[in-house]
Order: sequence, then C-alpha cells, then structure tokens
Amino acid sequence: MIEFSLDTRSGVSPYLQVVHQVRRALRLGLLVEGDQLPTVKDVVASLAINPNTVLKAYRELERDGLVAARPGVGTFVTRTLADSTLAAHEPLRRDLARWLAKARLAGLDEESIEALFASTFRDVNEESA
Amino acid sequence: MNAVVAAHGLGKQYRRRWALRDCTLEIPTGRVTGLVGPNGAGKTTLLNLAVGILSPTVGTIEVCGGRPAASSAQLAKVGFVAQDTPTYAGLTIADHLRLGAHLNPRWDQAAARRRIDRLGLDQRQKAGRLSGGQRAQLALTLGLAKRPELLVLDEPVASLDPLARREFLQVLMEAVAEEEISVLLSSHVVSDLERVCDHAVVLVDSQVRVAGDVDRLLATHHRLSGPRRDPDSLPADQHVVWASHTDRQSTYVVRTESRVLDPSWSTTPLGLEDLVLAYMEGSAPAVQSSPELEVIP
Repeated sequence: MIEFSLDTRSGVSPYLQVVHQVRRALRLGLLVEGDQLPTVKDVVASLAINPNTVLKAYRELERDGLVAARPGVGTFVTRTLADSTLAAHEPLRRDLARWLAKARLAGLDEESIEALFASTFRDVNEESA
Repeated sequence: MNAVVAAHGLGKQYRRRWALRDCTLEIPTGRVTGLVGPNGAGKTTLLNLAVGILSPTVGTIEVCGGRPAASSAQLAKVGFVAQDTPTYAGLTIADHLRLGAHLNPRWDQAAARRRIDRLGLDQRQKAGRLSGGQRAQLALTLGLAKRPELLVLDEPVASLDPLARREFLQVLMEAVAEEEISVLLSSHVVSDLERVCDHAVVLVDSQVRVAGDVDRLLATHHRLSGPRRDPDSLPADQHVVWASHTDRQSTYVVRTESRVLDPSWSTTPLGLEDLVLAYMEGSAPAVQSSPELEVIP
C-alpha cells in the first residue's frame, strides 16, 4: 500500500498530484499488478482532501488502463510501468554522471547546470513534439 | 448545469454601502465550493443571503430550487454553521442533540451520537466548557445531523489551531464521502480550502471576480515573466489578471484556454492561493511602489 502526500503550493491540481504519485510508484516498482490502492475513504481521512479529487484521479488511472475498480472491494493495479525501462536506468545514470563531471570541470556551478538541463530538456521536447 | 445555488443580479445594500453587487453565479450540486476573498469582501453577506438570514436589495437567489427560508420544507434542506461556530454555552452536548432532534424533521440522532462518540466527547459536558476545536466539531455534528442537501459554513476553521483545523476538515470530507451533500464554505485563508474544495468562487470588493472548478482554474491560469512588454502585445485570448513591470521585466498572471507558446516567456503554474492573490491585487487601486502595479479592468 502506498501513501499520498499533497503539495498545495505547486500549482499542480491535487487530483493530478495523486495521479503522478501512483504513476511514479508504478514506474519505480513500488506498486505492482494486483496491489490495492488506498480506498477513497482512507485517503480522505488521512489527507483531509475532497473525495471527488481522489475519485477523479482513480478514474483517470483507470482510463489509462493502469488500475481497475472492483465495486465494493477497492481499486487494484492492473499494469505496471516499470518493466521495460528499468534495465536502461543504470547505463543512463552512468552517462549522466560522466556528463555532470564534465560540466563541473568546465566550471559550471549547480545553478548553471540545472538551468542548462532544463532549457535543453525543453528544446528537445519541443523539437520532438 | 444542476445548480444548488443560483444568483442573478444579486445585490445587498446597507445604508449607502453595497456589501454585494451584481452577483450572478451558479454553484454546482454535489460539490465542495470554497468562497474565498479578503475580510470585508462580502462573503458573509452572500452566505447570509443564501440561507435566508438576509433578503436581497436587488436580484434573486435560489437555493436547492427554492427561495431561501421561504418555507419549513426549504429550511430543512439547508444547514448553516455561522461564523465562530456558535453553540449554547449553558447547554450540554446531549441538550444540543435533543434540541436538534426537536427542531429538525429529517434529524439523524443515531449518526449525531456516533460522531460525538468518535470525537471522544462526553455528552454530559456543557458546550461552554469545550475547546474551540471541540465546539466547532459540535456545531458541525449538528449541521450534518440535520441531513441537509446543502451545508453552508461561514469561516468554520478561521479561529482554530492547525491540528483542530485539519481534524475539522477531515470530518467534513468524510461526511462528503459518505453522503450526498453539497458544501459551501467561506474562508479568508486560501490554503485551508485548497485541498477540500473542487469548486471556487473568488469574491473581492463586493464582486465575484472569478468562479469555476479548481482544476480548471489551475489549468487556465499561468504566471508569465520575461522582457518588458506592453499588455496590448499579448495574444487576444490571454486575459490579464495581474501585471507588474520593472524597467526591463514584465510579469503577468493571465487566464487563457490555450497554451502559452511564446518562447520569450518563462511560464510557471500558480497555486490556488497565488491565483486568488492575483485577483485580489489585480483589482485593488494602484499602489505607489516598485515594482509598479497596474490595474487591469
């Protein structure tokens, strides 16, 4: 079972935060097929959050084919997101570490590295979009 | 839309001052609606009009399909927890429940007792001896036991400490999860409402500035910052809510249905609190300070 948290200053709507947290847990293998998501009542009780928000998040995850609701029982994971890419993480991490070392050698500080990454990330995304 | 509250051209005047003006509004059924705005914006006036404590100077308001407080059937449909969650200090909790059962036709005494037990309160205790948080919970219990279609709460958590505030909202949200109930609550503290409301109405200076589903509001408002630019040069579909300029830089809060594509802007999302502040400041008179604040009608 996972637990949700809310960051109300992020500008990301609460229902999307719940969706993101489930997707991240699926990607990292924290949630696997057959696992149950917290019931709406549990989430409402622990976060003092609007039940419609939780329902909306679960409906969206269901539409994406990641979970299925069993009426009267709960919502269960039907598909995981981890399998295909997890193996590639390690070599990619090594490449990134090498790149970071190069950036530091060239004199970039943390802030410049972050800015460079963010702007490149955006440019590449826009090109491929 | 299936509206639990519908106001048309609603206004309320006290002597010469308008506490609420030109209020046209539909609040959807089955939702938790937050009425936000600074103190003195007209929140209490709007809520009092909705429950029938006040009658309009101009315009109309319908609640659950009828005129507020027009009949006993209408009164039974609407629950109201007034500001500072008033209770009778000299009466015990049990007295409050008996009184509620006597006065309300749809009263659910079993549910009321269950809630009081769950809160760990002794029914023999007098309301005057309860802490602020406990008194608020008692008032909420009474409001819910009435089994209204619409529960109206005026600043229910304003005077509570953070823990009592969270507990109050938890009980309220659990009730929403269990029962088909619409909730309309006001607060001048937006962060209280951010997680519990799925619909919001922003009231500033006696007028409704913006209203809508919270997800929609968050998705359609953006903060743009970049090189200084005239508001006239923005695309026609970007409605300026708030603007600030220095000699080189401009920062805007805009509302738009489409994506912001201009690469010269750095675009960031807004939380509900920032969004409400933008509407509050955007409608205030211009202040003499740097960065200068522009008033956009």
